[in-house]
Amino acid sequence: MTGAITFRRKAVDRTMKALFCLAAILVILPLFLILFDLLIKGGKELKLTLLIDLPHPVGEPGGGIANGIAGTFVITLLAMLWSVPTAVLCGIYLAEYGKGKFASAVRFAADTMTGVPSIIMGIFGYILLVLPMKRFSAWAGAAALSMIFIPVVVRTTEEMLRTVPTTVREAALALGIARWKATLRITVRTAWPGILTGILLAMARIIGETAPLLFTALGNQFWQTRLDQPMAAVPLQVFTYAISPYEDWHDKAWAGALVLITMVLLINIAARVLTREKR
Amino acid sequence: MENVFEIHDLSNWFGENQVLKKIRMDIGKNSVTSVMGPSGCGKSTFIRCLNRMHDMTPGFRMSGEILLDGTNIYSEKIDPVYLRRRVGMVFQQPNPFPRMSVFENVAVGLKLNGGKLSRADISEKVERSLVMAALWNEVKDHLRQSGASLSGGQQQRLCIARALAVEPEVLLMDEPCSALDPMSTSKIEELIEDLSEKYTIAVVTHNMQQAARISDQVAFFLMGELIEMDKSGKIFTNPSDKRTEQYITGRFG
Amino acid sequence: MKKHYSEQLAGLREQVLRMGGLVEQMTRRVVQSLVERDIGILPEVRSMETQVNQLHIEIDEACIELIALRQPAAIDLRFIAAAMKINTDMERIGDQAINITERAEVLLTVPPLKPLIDIPRMADIAQEMLKASLDAFVNGDDVLALETIRRDDEVDQLKDQVFRELLTYMMADPSTIPRAMELILVSRHLERIGDHATNICEDVIFMVKGKDVRHQEPLA
Repeated sequence: MTGAITFRRKAVDRTMKALFCLAAILVILPLFLILFDLLIKGGKELKLTLLIDLPHPVGEPGGGIANGIAGTFVITLLAMLWSVPTAVLCGIYLAEYGKGKFASAVRFAADTMTGVPSIIMGIFGYILLVLPMKRFSAWAGAAALSMIFIPVVVRTTEEMLRTVPTTVREAALALGIARWKATLRITVRTAWPGILTGILLAMARIIGETAPLLFTALGNQFWQTRLDQPMAAVPLQVFTYAISPYEDWHDKAWAGALVLITMVLLINIAARVLTREKR
Repeated sequence: MENVFEIHDLSNWFGENQVLKKIRMDIGKNSVTSVMGPSGCGKSTFIRCLNRMHDMTPGFRMSGEILLDGTNIYSEKIDPVYLRRRVGMVFQQPNPFPRMSVFENVAVGLKLNGGKLSRADISEKVERSLVMAALWNEVKDHLRQSGASLSGGQQQRLCIARALAVEPEVLLMDEPCSALDPMSTSKIEELIEDLSEKYTIAVVTHNMQQAARISDQVAFFLMGELIEMDKSGKIFTNPSDKRTEQYITGRFG
Repeated sequence: MKKHYSEQLAGLREQVLRMGGLVEQMTRRVVQSLVERDIGILPEVRSMETQVNQLHIEIDEACIELIALRQPAAIDLRFIAAAMKINTDMERIGDQAINITERAEVLLTVPPLKPLIDIPRMADIAQEMLKASLDAFVNGDDVLALETIRRDDEVDQLKDQVFRELLTYMMADPSTIPRAMELILVSRHLERIGDHATNICEDVIFMVKGKDVRHQEPLA
């Protein structure tokens, strides 16, 4: 009697285990398929010239996306310049000081904004900066990206700070350390790996955002050193090349996508490496 | 013996709930005072009033006075941050700062207190604190190791060293040995006896035998009231109040 | 300032020894006064009694406080229990010495009955037993304690001898009865001192071995 029940239970066990594994494989499969696909299709154009040459005019073979890579870096770093301090400090406020209605409102706003479609952020940047300045610019692009970046990092910072146990804060206070110092130099320091991870992951996200840049940075065929002028970015170039009718440009689009995903991967790996527990 | 703390009619509330009821007691200098009583009697709440740890708690309200060397610690003249440098605290769960080395843990109070100390000064003070906490010999070759790599008893001694580094006059200990094994407990009890020569120490404990072993005076709390406070010899051989005797003989609590 | 536990135990030991030294000296001096017929020694004996009584109280208080505050276990507990009991026996020895003093105060105002031989002999043995019992206590020497218990027979035999001898005196000459009675009482007091020393040894054996050897057949 019991033998049969045991057998059936073990069979169910094994079946469920197989189902779980299958689900895991299904999740991870797309990533590998994408990478594989990109490598094959983008590999053709993956030459050094891709990375250091400016785009050539239509019809001329060769050329690269060097200005896009530079532009992506500039716009992203510009956005992070004011976004990181703002978001982290806001996250600190919410975790350490915000107890009342105002804090709840801020939290709600941040949560909502993380769900806003990125093209809306682009339109917002257009209205906020492009129209008054009467030009497209890197500033506007950075502004649009920061509106995606900040809410995400506010929430991840707050969550990471919440994982710091109360005993740490109590111990710091009991030593006669002023509250703001205790918060920054001890609590934040404790949560820092998590906060940094949140920042890097948000950075990886905005690096690849296309829609916000469409009507803010606009894109550029040439090198650009001025921040108040339109600037190139890799996602924009991928978009432009992909919807064009030229075969040559299609190949470049694949290559650009490969470059983008490589940058994202590198940032993720950096996040892991930098926040390794020191022995 | 001169008194370091004089507590006059201390009562406190958390919201509507009254926890302490008109506590009146003195804590003498360079002595060990134990605060004991059954769970919920208010002993932890009481001790946290002495370094104003309840300031952070919403809904906290108090009446009465707590005089430290004659000045009420809840008056406007007193800055709670400075108060906590004079009155240090060690907690029930050993809580060394994570992601900081042994050295950094002890030095943090010194570095963040605004004083401009040279690296040599800080090193010297860290060593002195670790010696006083009877931990120096065990960690002197591992000062850069993470504080969390120590055993439970060592971590608690590290927390004691950290508290001593800012040179307080009083050390408050909230059930410091509850989370430790008997060997570590007895090391820390010895440490408390030695420290009492230079510091005034108040210990909350739910372990009566510990209170008997380590203290000069014992205060017995019950349901928010101070029932009896006397020399430990008197309390444990012939207490004045029946309720004290019932608690000590295990009739309740 | 608070002493460490080990210092408190050492302090207790020292108090017990001090008291032992005092009662030993009381015994010796009072017998000396009888042998040398020197009544001037007696006030000294009485003053030592005051110190002995003081120590009696202090030792008991120290033991109770040690038990209440330190929760002693095993050897420490038996040590403290032994100290309390030895305290009592020593105080009784002091009382017996005072009793002898009272006898001496009478005997030294009248001519001696006979040269004292057995009584000093009893006193010597009792003193040696007391000293040995305290040594055994300090050193945890249960072998010495056992040997000392056996010597009590010598004291008892001498007591009987003294009685028989003085009986002949009393039967020969009734006028000697008052002085003889006093001397018989002195011998009884000394015999009691020997008994108390024996008790101390039994307590020491309990302290060392955890074995209660009281009320048993004479140890062979």
